[in-house]
Amino acid sequence: MSGWEYAPAPESAAVANLRDRYRMFVDGEFTDGAGTPLTTLNPATGEPLAEVATAAQSDVDTAVRAARRAFERTWGPMPGAERAKYLFRIARLIQERGRELAVLETLDNGKPIKEARDSDIPTAAAHFFHHAGWADKLGYAGYGPEPRPLGVAAGVIPWNFPLLMLAWKIAPALACGNTVVLKPAETTPLSALVFGELCQEAGLPPGVVNVLPGSGDVGAQLVAHPDVDKVAFTGSTAVGKEIQRTLAGTGKKLTLELGGKAANIVFDDAPLDQAVEGVVGGIFFNQGQVCCAGSRLLVQESIAEELLGKLRSRVELLRVGDPLDKNTDVGAINSAEQLARITDLVAAGEAEGATRWSSSCPLPERGFFFSPTVFGDVQQSMRVAREEIFGPVLSVLTFRTPDEAIAKANNTPYGLSAGVWTEKGSRALWAAQRLRAGVVWANTFNRFDPTAPFGGYRESGFGREGGRAGLEAYLDV
Amino acid sequence: MTSEQHETGRVAVAKTCKLYVGGKFPRSESGRVYPVRDAAGAPLANVAHASRKDLRDAVAAARGAFPGWSGATAYNRGQVLFRIAEVMEGRRAQFGTDVAAAEGLGADEAAAVVDAAIDRVVWFAGWTDKIAGVLGAANPVAGPYFSFSVPEPSGVVGVLAPQDSSLLGLVSVLAPVLATGCTAVVVTSAERPLPAVTLAEVLATSDVPGGAANLLTGRAAELGPWLAAHGEVDALDLSGADAELRPELERAAAGTVKRVLRAGRGAPDWTAAPGLERLRAFTEVKTTWHPVGT
Repeated sequence: MSGWEYAPAPESAAVANLRDRYRMFVDGEFTDGAGTPLTTLNPATGEPLAEVATAAQSDVDTAVRAARRAFERTWGPMPGAERAKYLFRIARLIQERGRELAVLETLDNGKPIKEARDSDIPTAAAHFFHHAGWADKLGYAGYGPEPRPLGVAAGVIPWNFPLLMLAWKIAPALACGNTVVLKPAETTPLSALVFGELCQEAGLPPGVVNVLPGSGDVGAQLVAHPDVDKVAFTGSTAVGKEIQRTLAGTGKKLTLELGGKAANIVFDDAPLDQAVEGVVGGIFFNQGQVCCAGSRLLVQESIAEELLGKLRSRVELLRVGDPLDKNTDVGAINSAEQLARITDLVAAGEAEGATRWSSSCPLPERGFFFSPTVFGDVQQSMRVAREEIFGPVLSVLTFRTPDEAIAKANNTPYGLSAGVWTEKGSRALWAAQRLRAGVVWANTFNRFDPTAPFGGYRESGFGREGGRAGLEAYLDV
Repeated sequence: MTSEQHETGRVAVAKTCKLYVGGKFPRSESGRVYPVRDAAGAPLANVAHASRKDLRDAVAAARGAFPGWSGATAYNRGQVLFRIAEVMEGRRAQFGTDVAAAEGLGADEAAAVVDAAIDRVVWFAGWTDKIAGVLGAANPVAGPYFSFSVPEPSGVVGVLAPQDSSLLGLVSVLAPVLATGCTAVVVTSAERPLPAVTLAEVLATSDVPGGAANLLTGRAAELGPWLAAHGEVDALDLSGADAELRPELERAAAGTVKRVLRAGRGAPDWTAAPGLERLRAFTEVKTTWHPVGT
């Protein structure tokens, strides 16, 4: 490969229109929160990006009141056909400001610009576009002729796909006639606040969407607020369980999208080069910080050696570095805290006897980075096979028979996603039927679409996002 | 019984009411029984008083039956459910007597309840092969992929059956669980368990695989917390839990992220036509993707 090095191709950070200070978005206005402002960092450098106002309990009360008022006076009574037009406007505005949003997302999250640009932002726009069309067709969704909205929906979202997760929560909520109070993640609040500008630009009535930055305690206050009718949470299983406990007995509607430990099963007849691409994308997309990441590779014993050889060669070619560089494959880990968790779990894998192999790609000197890592000789009892690492770390296990593959794949409390690689259609469908997971990708991985319901089995949470099934979460049915 | 004896000179055969677990009728391992009285307070029978261990056995039976029942064709499951209705029809008189005694109804009222219960089972029998079409979807994704979504059974469902509606309420919560392909562990009405005991005899002779439906006579407050916290129980219907018990059980359910059927507003009207709510609550929508290409 020598002599064919890539020249740097950085996207301009100036496109993000970064400001020194960002404020909360409540009742159609940007306001100072009563909480202690936080500083959001660029994980690729470790340096401050901006100061962000945060909410206190009083701000949570104000935002929920504003959302309630908007639900009762403007958004709830508005005909679906009119609501739809606002959602179409928002979809268009996301597309029009797509480059700015992509760069902002990359700066705040650390993800490679090519992923923010080609995946996060267009898919977020697609979610608003898809749900806009539902707003005046809810009677056809299968929940009766006139399904009613729930009221005020609280959304609490994670830092791995900040704008996309916002879209997954806000688009269906608004389409169904609810108003929203959203709490973005502590480390990635910026794109949600710029989304507030889009709401203003779209002329959305005040209070329909409110954004409250802050840490977990703001989320907890919002979730527990007595005047919230519905909670949608995406994040860790531990926090999801806490929210389910908090809402016990309240009758509030809850949907949870939690962790995962997805199996990616490669059978001996799989097209190996394609499978390697899928396995690499499955675990190294977004630095592995994906709840449905294919973090357990289950490979049929007879091809394990060959596949692992190809896998290591491919991973060795991944370019780790500046997320703003268009040639970067693997960007920065979102925070020092997350990097520490990954480091801990990898150390546990080594201590428990798994064989570690990491790419020799040089890491930047500053910022939070972790080398793409593959563990061989993994046993099902090891922490690296059981716990969600949420980082660029793949655990490899082997199997001999299809039944053994299914048994190992299902041997987890999680059940969000799974992958199957085989040339035999009957086998792919057989495996897809038996995998206890909400999404099964056969001969592909990490595909998302607003028309395709997404969500978990078991401790990966309940409820679906996307499609007709996803509307249930925001309707009183 | 005494008067009967005087009139006919025959001593009635007293019935010992047992549990229904794994297709068998065991006594409670605890050896406990409790007396059941009719609506007027006269003694009817002693029934087995299920313990925590009985509950664990029932969950194990339901888990063991899950692959077979969920893997059966929808056509087959529909026929088995219909068979339950057939056998119930043959026992209309006994169910009528049970319901009349349990709920304090007149013979005609009780007969109407029994008919409604049988019809309810028939209604759910017809759903087995329609759930996928109605709750599933072919997803028109923006790319060269075939993507479809199919509802699948959640697994083992723990059911606290309604306390008042001893038969119609019971089949209204049990039939949808079985129709989806889930298996059930049901704690019956504590004060009115005899229609459930008769239903267990129907289930045992209706081609329902052993373990697919398990009926425990006992107390919701005693068994509920163990059911709600059990790691092998995937979903809960808390119809039979009172307002004080329900929040506690919902909190316990969070430990394993169980699906909990949302409580309706006010007391449920079991005579009203059921919707899809229970079928949706105990299914998981699975989306499968495959590339399209030559």
